[in-house]
Amino acid sequence: MSIDLPAGDRPAKVAFYNDPKVRSVAYQVALCIVIGVLVYGAASNAIDNLEKAHIASGFGFWHNTAGFDISQTLISYSNLSTYGRAFWVGLLNTLLVAGLGIVFATILGFVVGIARLSTNFLVSKAATGYVETIRNIPLLLQLLFWYNAVLKALPSLRESIVIPGGIFLNNRGLFLPAPIFKNGFLFVLIAFVIGVVVSVGFSVWARKRQERTGQQAPVFLTTLALVVGLPAIVLVAAGVPLEFAYPEAGRFNITGGLEVVPEFAALLFGLSIYTAAFIAEVVRAGITSVSRGQTEAAYSLGLLPGPTLRLVVVPQAMRVIIPPLTSQYLNLLKNSSLAVAIGYPDLVQVFTGTVLNQTGQALEVVAITMAVYLSISLFTSLAMNIYNSRFALVER
Amino acid sequence: MKRIAILLALAGIFVSQGASAQTLKTVKDRGILNCGSNGTLAGFGLPDAQGKWTGLDVDVCRAVAAAIFNDATKVKFVALTAKDRFTALQSGEVDLLVRNTTWTSSRDTSLGLNFTGVDYYDGQGFLVRKSLKVNSALELGEASVCVQQGTTTELNLADYFRAHNMKLKTVTFATANEAVKAYDAGRCDSYTSDASALYGERLRLANSNDHIVLPEIISKEPLGPAVRHGDDQWFDIVKWVLFAMINAEEAGVTSKNVDEMLKSTNPDVKRLLGTEGSYGEQLGLTKDWAVRIVKLVGNYGEVFDRNVGMGSPLKIERGLNKLWNKGGLQYAPPVR
Repeated sequence: MSIDLPAGDRPAKVAFYNDPKVRSVAYQVALCIVIGVLVYGAASNAIDNLEKAHIASGFGFWHNTAGFDISQTLISYSNLSTYGRAFWVGLLNTLLVAGLGIVFATILGFVVGIARLSTNFLVSKAATGYVETIRNIPLLLQLLFWYNAVLKALPSLRESIVIPGGIFLNNRGLFLPAPIFKNGFLFVLIAFVIGVVVSVGFSVWARKRQERTGQQAPVFLTTLALVVGLPAIVLVAAGVPLEFAYPEAGRFNITGGLEVVPEFAALLFGLSIYTAAFIAEVVRAGITSVSRGQTEAAYSLGLLPGPTLRLVVVPQAMRVIIPPLTSQYLNLLKNSSLAVAIGYPDLVQVFTGTVLNQTGQALEVVAITMAVYLSISLFTSLAMNIYNSRFALVER
Repeated sequence: MKRIAILLALAGIFVSQGASAQTLKTVKDRGILNCGSNGTLAGFGLPDAQGKWTGLDVDVCRAVAAAIFNDATKVKFVALTAKDRFTALQSGEVDLLVRNTTWTSSRDTSLGLNFTGVDYYDGQGFLVRKSLKVNSALELGEASVCVQQGTTTELNLADYFRAHNMKLKTVTFATANEAVKAYDAGRCDSYTSDASALYGERLRLANSNDHIVLPEIISKEPLGPAVRHGDDQWFDIVKWVLFAMINAEEAGVTSKNVDEMLKSTNPDVKRLLGTEGSYGEQLGLTKDWAVRIVKLVGNYGEVFDRNVGMGSPLKIERGLNKLWNKGGLQYAPPVR
């Protein structure tokens, strides 16, 4: 690139501080130093002030005895467990309600979104009414409404609704028989796994064959037989290695069996209904973004409305749907912290609630909680981005 | 909402120094006292329909304001939930916390607080429906109990059931309001809290006569005002305001007779009311600090009676809160 210029005409040597490259690097470094100093200053100041005020700091509390009870625990927990254990209980409760919420909200959202585009007047207006009502009422209000509606509507313990098969429903929750797995049950699980693997293989083979020859195979029936039928046969063959612990009515409460507390039911219901309204709009936007010509082309090829939607419209709509769907999932996850209002022991309620108050270590507890929400959210986005890359338009 | 509140409070910790050493000066410059209070508990801290706060704890805040400003209305009450209260005090959002808070060793040492005294000796009890036909807390095995989060109550409850080998189902709520509402809706067999609070909450239930407070008191709950660590002058002021109220009751000084009492020849009364010595100035206040408190707010007995005692809807007996010379525990060191 060097151009030979006659001596004397060469541009004066530029001072290093006028070199744009050096300058930009210098600015970046300076900014980093300023931010670093600010962070260091804030942190050391906080530590100083905590020490001056004699407020305990550090993470030593993690192994101390918690001393309080939690109403719903997925792992064993008692008031003799540690704060660390209480953290895991809270986290798992959050993941449970968020995970189930995402599943229900997605199913309901897709149904309502498609229903809103239906040509049936009643169906589309009902879907519109649902979306517009639910979207425009604050979630906290809805949760309080569902919680109180659930509690007030259900009968007291003594007047429990008894459903044959050992199921009780009252204002303390829903009580189901709990399965107890005995030795031979492992074979049933193995049979189930084999069934799933074989049916996935079969559907791949069937699709390839259909692409090649046009012949269709009974994928649904085969899958049903493999996933449900095979384990059922093994279950009977192994002599039904399964028992149920039935709930029993005690003096105050129903004990034994599986218990679904009303706080959980109200939170799951509220979150699913609320997020589904937003997902419905995302789905509707996605479907309307697919040009009408695609549907007409499918019809003229003789496809029925069902397969047209499933095979032509939805796969193209997914490209538009997935990115906003991800943010709805993240919203649902974060909204689950509203559990605190209705007494469901999620991470925020247990950890930044009781644990923060008992230990007084606000900085540590809030920092941990924020880090956890951040990690879960980033992980969810990552999963959705991978899924999205499979659907994204492949430019040719 | 709650998370935002906590974050804001945390931001306070980062701000250098804050209000650590100069609380009295800060309060005087501001012209108003910020007091952390309950906001939902009848008898201790509750605003009425006109926004006027009443309660035993509220009157302790008013007494501090009266001593400083000679005006018991110069208080801004900040309603705090049990779980947010310590963060609010630590971060300087409030100057003192008088929110039926139990004095315990860990709160006194590791939270950066100092408790200044005891304005109510309480203990934890259980509220149940009469229809359950339970006569003792020992019959509550396997019961569901609604409880408020972030309280000593939550821990005592777990301890009590463990000590008596009883199973327990707790349902924990962020505020007392929600816990009581859930109890009222039948979610729990019992609601547990400090006994004084149970009387107050019972009044708010749909049919208060269908509920009883069980006789067992399962814990010691000395409730008192708390201030931040590291400001001894402010600690002394809040401590002695309460002592002045108790001493005034003991000496027979009331809001009605305080002006006549200024002429008293009794040396105890003279020292308390500042007609002899300069005990108020030693605190950083004025000579007539105790006169202001008694005149504008009342002595301990008056305050107790009007908020939780026989002059109130709660009608709680003085019990442990009688003066020491009447068979109770309320005892204040002498002013001299």
